[in-house]
Amino acid sequence: MSKEIITNNAPLLEVKDLKQYFPIKTGLFQKTPLKAVDGVSFSINPGETLGLVGESGCGKTTVGRSILRLYNPTGGEVFFKGEKVDAKSIGHMRKEMQMVFQDPYSSLNPRMTVEDIIGEPLDVHKLYQNKKERREKILDLMELVGLNAEHATRYAHEFSGGQRQRIGIARALATNPKFIVCDEAVSALDVSIQAQVVNMFEELQEKLGVAYLFIAHDLLVVHHISDRIAVMYLGRVVEIADADELNNNPVHPYTQSLLSAVPYPDPIKAKQRQRIVLEGDVPSPLHMPEGCAFRTRCRYATERCAKECPSLTDRGNGHQVACWNK
Amino acid sequence: MSETILSVKNLHTSFTTDKGEVLAVNGVNFNLDKGKILGIVGESGSGKSVTAYSILQILEKNGRITEGQILYKGEDITKYTEKQLRSFRGKCCSIIFQDPMTSLNPVFTVGNQLKEAIELHTGRKGKDAEARAVEMLNLVGVNEPEKRVKQYPYELSGGMRQRVMIAMALACEPDILIADEPTTALDVTIQAQILELMQELQKKLGMAIIMVTHDLGVIADMCDEIIVMYGGRVCERGTAEDIFYRPAHEYTKGLLQSIPNVDTIGEKLKPIPGTPINLLNMPKGCAFCPRCENAMKICIEQVPPEMQMPDGHFASCWLNVKAEMEAQQGGGKNE
Amino acid sequence: MDNMNKDINSMPKKSLFSMQIDLKKFEKATDEEKKQQDVMSESVSFFKDGMRKLSRNPLAMGSLVVLILIIAAIFIVPHVVPYSYSQIITVNGKRDKSAANMAPFEYSDLEQEYMAEGGKVFPHIMGTDEMGRDYFVRVVYGTRVSLSVGFFAAMIVLIIGVLYGSISGYFGGKVDLVMMRIVDIIYSLPDMLMVVLLSVVLREILNVDSIPMLQKIGTNMISLFIVFGLLYWTGMARLVRGQILTIKQNEYVLAAKVSGAKSGRIIRKHILPNCVSVIIISAALQIPSAIFTESFLSFIGMGVQAPMPSLGSLANAARAGISVYPYKLVFPAVMICLITLAFNLLGDGLRDAFDPKLRR
Repeated sequence: MSKEIITNNAPLLEVKDLKQYFPIKTGLFQKTPLKAVDGVSFSINPGETLGLVGESGCGKTTVGRSILRLYNPTGGEVFFKGEKVDAKSIGHMRKEMQMVFQDPYSSLNPRMTVEDIIGEPLDVHKLYQNKKERREKILDLMELVGLNAEHATRYAHEFSGGQRQRIGIARALATNPKFIVCDEAVSALDVSIQAQVVNMFEELQEKLGVAYLFIAHDLLVVHHISDRIAVMYLGRVVEIADADELNNNPVHPYTQSLLSAVPYPDPIKAKQRQRIVLEGDVPSPLHMPEGCAFRTRCRYATERCAKECPSLTDRGNGHQVACWNK
Repeated sequence: MSETILSVKNLHTSFTTDKGEVLAVNGVNFNLDKGKILGIVGESGSGKSVTAYSILQILEKNGRITEGQILYKGEDITKYTEKQLRSFRGKCCSIIFQDPMTSLNPVFTVGNQLKEAIELHTGRKGKDAEARAVEMLNLVGVNEPEKRVKQYPYELSGGMRQRVMIAMALACEPDILIADEPTTALDVTIQAQILELMQELQKKLGMAIIMVTHDLGVIADMCDEIIVMYGGRVCERGTAEDIFYRPAHEYTKGLLQSIPNVDTIGEKLKPIPGTPINLLNMPKGCAFCPRCENAMKICIEQVPPEMQMPDGHFASCWLNVKAEMEAQQGGGKNE
Repeated sequence: MDNMNKDINSMPKKSLFSMQIDLKKFEKATDEEKKQQDVMSESVSFFKDGMRKLSRNPLAMGSLVVLILIIAAIFIVPHVVPYSYSQIITVNGKRDKSAANMAPFEYSDLEQEYMAEGGKVFPHIMGTDEMGRDYFVRVVYGTRVSLSVGFFAAMIVLIIGVLYGSISGYFGGKVDLVMMRIVDIIYSLPDMLMVVLLSVVLREILNVDSIPMLQKIGTNMISLFIVFGLLYWTGMARLVRGQILTIKQNEYVLAAKVSGAKSGRIIRKHILPNCVSVIIISAALQIPSAIFTESFLSFIGMGVQAPMPSLGSLANAARAGISVYPYKLVFPAVMICLITLAFNLLGDGLRDAFDPKLRR
């Protein structure tokens, strides 16, 4: 009994000080590391959704890909079910860690039928005895994501964006994973379809108990789907908190301005609201400011921010913030 | 009462593709008043961008306006010659696009491109045009404009580029600015900057803006009047308050319910069922009927007429007609 | 709000009731009825869609017909026409030496005598050459040789180019760097000069007489293939590498990696099927260029061995008597033009129909 409690409390995925640098040619023989992800730590519990938000270029997609070892991390460790994820162990973990991609157009091979796309993970891991079993499994998956079984023999390009995303989700679910990285999985969809897919993610979580790392830039959607939210800025996590807590009580100045900038679909509230408009642009990750990366755009920046980089500190109830002044 | 500067009447635009004729815009009507911001909102394939392109007549080769009028200050611009159109574009009406990278020519400096646009449409030449270019960049909040004019587009960030595009579009002080998804490619914080800038410029220069976007948040933030489009037709048009607080079309209602909202956190979203419309295979009646939960038999057979709602805005939905008829019948019995 | 709509409001409220509306229609529609409005268009595979587009291209279809006719001719004609490409015309068992350099449909004295006796002589559709051989058969054989050289050369180019290019493109990094520099070096060689030199050298080195199969093809032909194999694959390798680099960027390749697929499966299932159309198109465009090179080499006397004709050597032979018998140059020259033009137009048509970049 006690053992079970321990395993229940253990996080499904633990990311510790993950670093991912890409060498960029800056001269004939000179290479500068582009610090896409620079020391990110978080954990995800079984059946939980962690939202990861940030602007383009902040490294949120890279975090997802590094966890799944699509890149070779420069530093840090990732543990899945307590086991370290490395080049060797990832082989058998691929079955349990999956990904749903952003672009419903380029994430499905145009020369394959829906059946073969969904069946690919089954083929790779040899999860069936005969053709009949394969077909049954595929049809079950299609039903699970709300696709019509008649469409199994069609090609991906015949479907609309929302249906294509369903195909991508069915593919990710084929091996019965416990953890799925959703990389901007609803960003390319129209609002009405986006809601369908968001609902489906939630239903699948209730049914199958999968955990999500939900990467997106749309704060409204992330707030809706996530249990907890992490905010990234230039390769670092600046704030992690429960979704509601973060939304009602943002602490980091970046989170504050991000939340205030979200276009709100309500004319009166939108016009009354005071936006905290950030000055300037995001600095290039090749020339990151010393100290806190956000200080160049921060209203509260002090001398200390230029010297030392703040790390995440707990402000109670698991609300972690990386800021000297707040 | 303010002055109407652009009025679109029964606009039809279609494209000839190798899979058949696609009616992208199917009878669109609206008026744009001087100094107002009009939002056109809809999903992909709703015809919102095509409507905007039809006004400037910058459609792709296989597209053409098949029917209807576009009246600019009372003149029908669909009958303009190519020469008249050239001076209309830029001087009277200009456009900014979604992707600022592809709309700037990468081999010329920003200043060069701005200067060209100014020389083309105004009398200013040479040094005078250059000075104007710097002035414009200053206006759109580009810092160090004297330095920026010598830079190439790739040296600027996305937000900066969009500012340059706005400067270019406003260089000749047009009466109408069409913004086609101007902030979709930008991050939220940059989007906030650009939207703020557009509102500011609108107040300063007094032009009318047509804002084409799929983002209801941007629309709510910016627009005085809104047109909701679906499948090439106008579903509903009215003031922002009408559309957001008193929607009268099933599609608008569904759309508003399907956005995540702070008040409904924890509840399930209410998406619109079904798949987006296939323009090659349009329903005979209301374009929205296959996805509409309250669709009636008549919706499948006949296109709904545009009807004025009690609060004065317009919606094209048979359900409103039905309600009206029932009210009238009920009233008749009482008399 | 009313200012928005004074004049456009073509549908005032009251007119609604003057319309003839059946009240029954205001009942709720069933799901079935709604579904009927929402049918998916017919399923089309990539290949079918491409073929449909190709069949609408008159130039490509015309070229296809011309090519089919030519290919049919080179198979059928040798069986129908009773002459051989290497033999002097014989009438009634006797060699007819007077039959040299005849105009189309002309008969020699011996033949006329024989016909007068009641014998049948097949007409010389294109006349005869200076040694008294039927020119039509020679042109047909020449076409056969040129086409097969073109086809096999394209095959060699295809195999080497695709293998080299896909390895270089898929593995990337240092492998790619080294492999592409080799390509650059080969690319920078003056190719015509190399072709001439290599075919001279190879002719001396190769000893094919010991193998009867190869003997028939001739040393020159084999050296031609080798030359093509060595020099002309570079363009194909570059093309394939470029294609693979772009396809690698697609998220479906990442998705396959996430699914745990190995490199071999990714190349086989995801990358090659998506660049196959581009490869085939470029191979189709390679054939006329090979035919051209072959004709050129034969024309300067470095091509196929006599008495085997090729379109180039026929043209060269015709050069000698051009002022007297100009038609002898016209026939092979027209044939070369027809074949190269047809292949080029067909290749363009294929590209328009199948190249994913040009698709809307």
